[in-house]
Amino acid sequence: MRNSNSGHVGIVIVSHSPKIAEGAADMVRQMVGDAVPLAWTGGDVDGGLGTNVAGILEAIETAWSPAGVAILVDLGGAETNSEMAVEMLPEDRRARVVVCNAPVVEGAVIAATESSGGSPLAAVKRSAEEFYA
Amino acid sequence: MSLDRAAREKLVRALALSMIGHADELTSLDQAIGDGDHGLNMKRGFEAVLATLPGLADKPLPEMLKAIGMTLVMKVGGASGPLVGTFFMELGKALPEQPARADLVAATDKAINAVKARGRSEAGQKTLLDVLVPVQIVFAGGGDAKAIAAEAAQAADRTTPMLAIRGRASFLGERSIGHMDPGSRSASLLIGAAVATLEFEENS
Repeated sequence: MRNSNSGHVGIVIVSHSPKIAEGAADMVRQMVGDAVPLAWTGGDVDGGLGTNVAGILEAIETAWSPAGVAILVDLGGAETNSEMAVEMLPEDRRARVVVCNAPVVEGAVIAATESSGGSPLAAVKRSAEEFYA
Repeated sequence: MSLDRAAREKLVRALALSMIGHADELTSLDQAIGDGDHGLNMKRGFEAVLATLPGLADKPLPEMLKAIGMTLVMKVGGASGPLVGTFFMELGKALPEQPARADLVAATDKAINAVKARGRSEAGQKTLLDVLVPVQIVFAGGGDAKAIAAEAAQAADRTTPMLAIRGRASFLGERSIGHMDPGSRSASLLIGAAVATLEFEENS
């Protein structure tokens, strides 16, 4: 996935299923365009359903933006693994990555929409989380 | 408690074999109330740990525990990877190279608190904390290996009638009642394997 080096908040999609993660990323691209750095990851290290910290770290790197990165997750393990990945980031990046408490598909689209308008990380997270609040 | 290289390797093998040997049982427990991958995930993680022997056991105890934790975090997947991995990593961070029993009690306390923070959970929610917390009380209270292992097994059993509040089983609501929590079972197996290989020094 090619990403522009914009100042827009990056979006990372983490699902237990690589197909869901990729499909959600496709929806974001179609609806929001290419301005927003975007990456997805899904599956465990053996390629089965699940999530893995290394894959999440790689996706954060791919979607990295100076404005920060918002992560959208599906079920429990995706959230725990994402939080673990954030803690393993270098200290200067850690504070600029957040895990959003929002549904993965809708949250990704809304977060990317907010990001494409140039909003800061906190606003991107809030928009994604308010949608279902 | 002194743990030379041979003892460290014995400990790692015992922990790993307890997970690999019970993978099917853990999977069937998880099929009842989770997504059925716990046995496979723990097996994969501990096979990866075994693959780092013999070099792993060359490391001093704190470094060895941190390395085990990191391998589990990276390889287990699911929520268990970060939870169990965090336990080992924090244990490693908190322990001196030649820990006395009091050091071990203090370190397990810190590690359990880190697991609570990672899972944003407390005992009583049908998770591995329902084993770790009561076992820690027995351990801190001076219980010997036998008492610790017994409490671990009983604590896992006590999760059967509990209602799941955290984790995938919480989606099932009341249907989670009547099944043992797979994470509690794996925690009790790991504790049983650990205490069976460790000799606690009296009053040290």
